[in-house]
Amino acid sequence: MTAPAPARKNPDAGVFDARRAREDFPILKTAAHGKPLVFLDSAASAQKPRQVIDAVAHVYEAEYANIHRGVYELSERTTAAFEDAREKIRAFLNAREAREIIFVRGATEAINLVAQSFGRAFLKEGDEIVLSALEHHSNIVPWQILRDMTGIVLRVAPVNDAGEIEMEAYEKLLNARTRLVAIAHVSNAIGTVTPIREIIRLAHAKGVPVLVDGCQAVPHQKVDLQALDCDFYAFSGHKLYGPSGIGVLYGKAEHLEAMPPYQGGGDMIRSVTFEKTDFNVIPHKFEAGTPHIAGAIGLGAAIDYLEGLGLADIAAHEQALLQHATARLSQVEGLRIVGTAAEKSSILSFTLAAAHPHDIGTILDGEGIAIRTGHHCAQPLMDRFCVAATARASFGLYNTTEDADALAEGLRKVLEIFG
Amino acid sequence: MFDLKDLYQEVIIDHSKRPRHFGKLAGQNREAEGYNPLCGDRLTVELIVEDGIVKDAAFEGAGCAISTASASLMTDMVRGKTEAEAQALFRQFQSLVTRNDPPTEDELLELEKLAALAGVRAFPSRVKCATLAWHTLSAALDRRNAPVKTE
Repeated sequence: MTAPAPARKNPDAGVFDARRAREDFPILKTAAHGKPLVFLDSAASAQKPRQVIDAVAHVYEAEYANIHRGVYELSERTTAAFEDAREKIRAFLNAREAREIIFVRGATEAINLVAQSFGRAFLKEGDEIVLSALEHHSNIVPWQILRDMTGIVLRVAPVNDAGEIEMEAYEKLLNARTRLVAIAHVSNAIGTVTPIREIIRLAHAKGVPVLVDGCQAVPHQKVDLQALDCDFYAFSGHKLYGPSGIGVLYGKAEHLEAMPPYQGGGDMIRSVTFEKTDFNVIPHKFEAGTPHIAGAIGLGAAIDYLEGLGLADIAAHEQALLQHATARLSQVEGLRIVGTAAEKSSILSFTLAAAHPHDIGTILDGEGIAIRTGHHCAQPLMDRFCVAATARASFGLYNTTEDADALAEGLRKVLEIFG
Repeated sequence: MFDLKDLYQEVIIDHSKRPRHFGKLAGQNREAEGYNPLCGDRLTVELIVEDGIVKDAAFEGAGCAISTASASLMTDMVRGKTEAEAQALFRQFQSLVTRNDPPTEDELLELEKLAALAGVRAFPSRVKCATLAWHTLSAALDRRNAPVKTE
């Protein structure tokens, strides 16, 4: 007869119960190559809780018609649900007004919207935009397209070896020609949390508006747009446990009202003749065509879900997990963590001396572990760290220390094969 | 069926750790650059082609085990072949790793050491790693100067 195992200290069972939350995510019960799925790629796209899946299904089963058009009751209900979602997002981000929340396909479209509308209307040859070395391609390429159209100049704030923005250099880049700062709140590739309040404060001191790419921030920390005082804030629903194909551009009303439309079509007009079109008010001016109605409502459900769990508790859980995973991975022979900022989100990017990231990814996949490998759509940042690619594990609210341990064990298997 | 042993055979690991014909080729008269946008891997293939025969072949670059081993095995295999034979081998290899049907015994014998890469066909996301060097070789033979992309 064996004695019962002593109760083990459970580092996850503090403020937030990730094991219970996991139950809400049907996909986490599926298998990968016959092994339980260990999903460590939430920074690419997060899995969806039952509450979001049900909300989307409910739209199509019981509450679906086109919005802002029908006089019939069903259309009015769908319109109300869609506008409720907008209000939920406003409250979630503490924006001043719901009309400052524009529904878009994702952060990529949000940034392209600002580049093509704000950028083409207000920027001219020789004007400057300040980016950072941390940016995702979606916060680089739209500005390059604008540059090639208008002759503006792109400046890049450098990062130090830890992957933190060099603030002195950033401040020096702000000058009389600077018209916009466009910077990530959190790096998708290496997890750096940027000092966004200071970035905004310094820009505003010179009268420069700031666009924040908040994709990797909103799922992991409470974002207060009025406290930040940024001019634009972009994020994608699918990284926030919501549907793909829906995202948000927040813009201060004064900017959005001054900006010309991005796309023309239905719903964004007041009246159309062949001679002249009067545009609708914001937010509708920027929402041409039938939007992703179920997606917006599903995103509202994701926000309800996260607020039910408590974002502060989720953040504390993820930070504990990041520390645990960092400690475990640091023991793996030849492992180099890329991105060691003092303030980091739950993203661990690394390389192994013995194996290329793609081989790591394939071998871990065989163990049922899903990580991202490659350049993470941040090639300039990879160049900065002199790597072509990294392996990246990212943790969401449903990950546990067991997932991090499985990753460490999986890396041992990589070393066995390449040892 | 997913079996890592089919992918990471000993010969693959060996060639990835100690690639043959790695480096610059003095006196090369054909070269091409290959790039895989998916992973950012780059490699260069250099050849000496005389009288329609590949006298020597070498490659350079950083990549995963599959792309490095494939390039190493390829440079081993194409030396001494005519240009037409090398192109035919490229097509044969591409067919091996991209088509649905498994290779025949005869085919594997014919492909010699390249048969070690047959396991790649079970890993669709890795096919481009295996074929990058070959696309680059083909471009070098055809004197196509624009960098080859797998996407």
